[in-house]
Amino acid sequence: MGKLSLIIKREYLAKVRNKSFVVMTFLSPILMVGMVVLIVYLTKINDNEIRTIGILNESNYFSTDFQGTESTSYVKFKDIGLEAAKDSIQKMGFYGLLYIPNEQDLEQVASRSFFYSKDAPGSSLLDNLEDVFEDRLRLQRLQELGVSVSDFESVGNNFEIKTATFTGEQNLKGITEIKAFIGGAFGYLIMMFIIIYGGFVMRSVIEEKTTRIIEVIISSVKPFQLMLGKIIGTSLAGVTQFAIWIISAFVMFGVLILVFDIDPSALNSGATNAPGLIGGAAYVAASDSAMQLYANELFRIPWIMLICFFVIYFVLGYLIYSSIYAAIGAAVDNETDTQQFIFPIILPLMLAIYVGFFSVFNNPHGPIAVGFSLFPLTSPIVMLMRLPGGIGEGGVPIWEVVVSILLLIITFIGIVWLAAKIYRVGILMYGKKPSYRDLLKWLKY
Amino acid sequence: MNNILVANEVSKQFGSHIALNKVSLEIPKNSIYGLLGPNGAGKTTLIRIINQIIYPDHGAIFFDGKPLQAQHISMIGYLPEERGLYKSMKVGEQALYLAQLKGLSKADAKNRLKYWFDRLEIGDWWNKKIQELSKGMAQKIQFIVTVLHEPKLLIFDEPFSGFDPINANLIKDEILQLRDKGTTIIFSTHRMESVEELCEYIALVHKSEKILDGKLSDIKKAYRNNIYKVGLGIQSANGLLEDLKDKFEILSSEYVDDGLQLNFTVQLPSDDTGPFLSHLSGKANVNNFMETIPSANDIFIRTVQSK
Repeated sequence: MGKLSLIIKREYLAKVRNKSFVVMTFLSPILMVGMVVLIVYLTKINDNEIRTIGILNESNYFSTDFQGTESTSYVKFKDIGLEAAKDSIQKMGFYGLLYIPNEQDLEQVASRSFFYSKDAPGSSLLDNLEDVFEDRLRLQRLQELGVSVSDFESVGNNFEIKTATFTGEQNLKGITEIKAFIGGAFGYLIMMFIIIYGGFVMRSVIEEKTTRIIEVIISSVKPFQLMLGKIIGTSLAGVTQFAIWIISAFVMFGVLILVFDIDPSALNSGATNAPGLIGGAAYVAASDSAMQLYANELFRIPWIMLICFFVIYFVLGYLIYSSIYAAIGAAVDNETDTQQFIFPIILPLMLAIYVGFFSVFNNPHGPIAVGFSLFPLTSPIVMLMRLPGGIGEGGVPIWEVVVSILLLIITFIGIVWLAAKIYRVGILMYGKKPSYRDLLKWLKY
Repeated sequence: MNNILVANEVSKQFGSHIALNKVSLEIPKNSIYGLLGPNGAGKTTLIRIINQIIYPDHGAIFFDGKPLQAQHISMIGYLPEERGLYKSMKVGEQALYLAQLKGLSKADAKNRLKYWFDRLEIGDWWNKKIQELSKGMAQKIQFIVTVLHEPKLLIFDEPFSGFDPINANLIKDEILQLRDKGTTIIFSTHRMESVEELCEYIALVHKSEKILDGKLSDIKKAYRNNIYKVGLGIQSANGLLEDLKDKFEILSSEYVDDGLQLNFTVQLPSDDTGPFLSHLSGKANVNNFMETIPSANDIFIRTVQSK
């Protein structure tokens, strides 16, 4: 067995046998599900609280407009002054008081109405109250204009402009965002993987330094072999972990479907069936056919091409960053000294994610998006966000993909070469915290 | 070819710091060779070059007559000054891993480990983790993995620092046995007295340069200074010391045993002790008479001062 594969095997086993790794691997999915359940549960509790609101209505309007809902109930006060009403609200522990004064017409009544409460009221509650006023006012104004309610509703107010490419393919509104989101998920995955497993590589290097085994090992193998073996072994452990997570996610999804008897197809249609207040039926029909188009469009995303590029960008990006992590680990004696070096690594990763989410989503082929998808330290993330739009016509120009991969490969070779140099010198240095100037000096050794 | 290792004008520079300046060495086969000198003299740099951890800027190393190559790694065993083991790895697994990195097959490594574990009576440690062992126990493991692949050349950098006295002796004995089986051993240390008795050959390194090397007995002969320690049994302080001071160069003297013994050191003009001894005969009883042989440390200090 070659020395490199021996090292890879040891690093892999050392990682996957580590107790905290095992615990993380099996606990994380449970924790994730637990979090979701907890959040849903807490939201429900929050919603379940019924608020009681007192209404002191001195006007001739709104006598029947305020109807209790699941979360709110109304209590009407009569023949009692405003101050007395406020007092009794507080005494009875009600949430607040809606005061509607007696004025000449509806407009004035509405504009002089007040909501009193102990704390500043939540926005959803205010929205509900305002909706009642708005509906009433709209009705009044329509009547003044002589338009019947049914006429108004039949007019509708829903309009979407249809778009197409020059070749006549129909574009769908929002599909760019959806595609970028899929790419964003890939990019985000890369970033998380780099930060988590780059950190593992770094800690593993520091461990070899602090246990002083490093010199024993590099008297048998070349430092570069050790560094490479460490990076590969650790990332294989990472891939194992991700694979377990993905499989367990599918298993859990399956269990959920079986246990709660959810119809998977209902999940999709349910989400779109939030009918607008006005013109419901037509809109639903329209969105159903749009849904079909979206589904078609999603199927048309070149998944195989996307996964191939994901692998390319992932491998190159990960190797670049993890060899920097390895060099940092070699340069320092303990983890607390790593902070000053880690920040500059995290920076381009964060930048890539933010540029991706803000700039690529808006304009996947704008200058910022193009620039960052060519720059090697950000291209693995940003380019992946652009790629779901396809390559070539209507998508990312072929030359951009080629150039970005070429730049990435050149950077990969350069960075690994530099990192290996720092690594080689650093692992034999004990006792002092190096500065950036020291690192530069090491390159010349 | 009688030298296992030859260094030919090896130089190495780190930035502006010269770590080795044209150092040449010849290390004979089947010997124990002391690489001596103070901290920071360049010993570890030289050893790392021999282990191909770093590479010389100039000069060349020959192993068994051939220029040093990657394949020679498996013929060298190295116990670095900064040494340790993976804390959370099991003893057996770890030893197997390190042996395989040195080029042994798994089966071979296992058999040899069994032999050594039995020999040092640590067979039941196989499945323990290093962090469960005491420091002394870990040192035994460290020694075993250094010699397991039966290297032709063994290099120990500061071998006895960190070893407790019992282990140090045990390892000293094992090293001598390895030497008897034909292994060449290099000791590198700044505590010269700790290995002097073991070494057949030495090289003194100071400020990145080799200042002296050769067979220890030859060097000592060359650095003889004809100083002798003498103990005389006398009846009383009867003017003998004054008489001796007139005729010979007495460096120091003292009376012990209530004035019944006179101890002194004397510098003789040559290594012919005849005139001195015949002068004493009849005057006093010579209880002891011994040449003071310079230690490696003395030689080192004298060589550095004479430069």
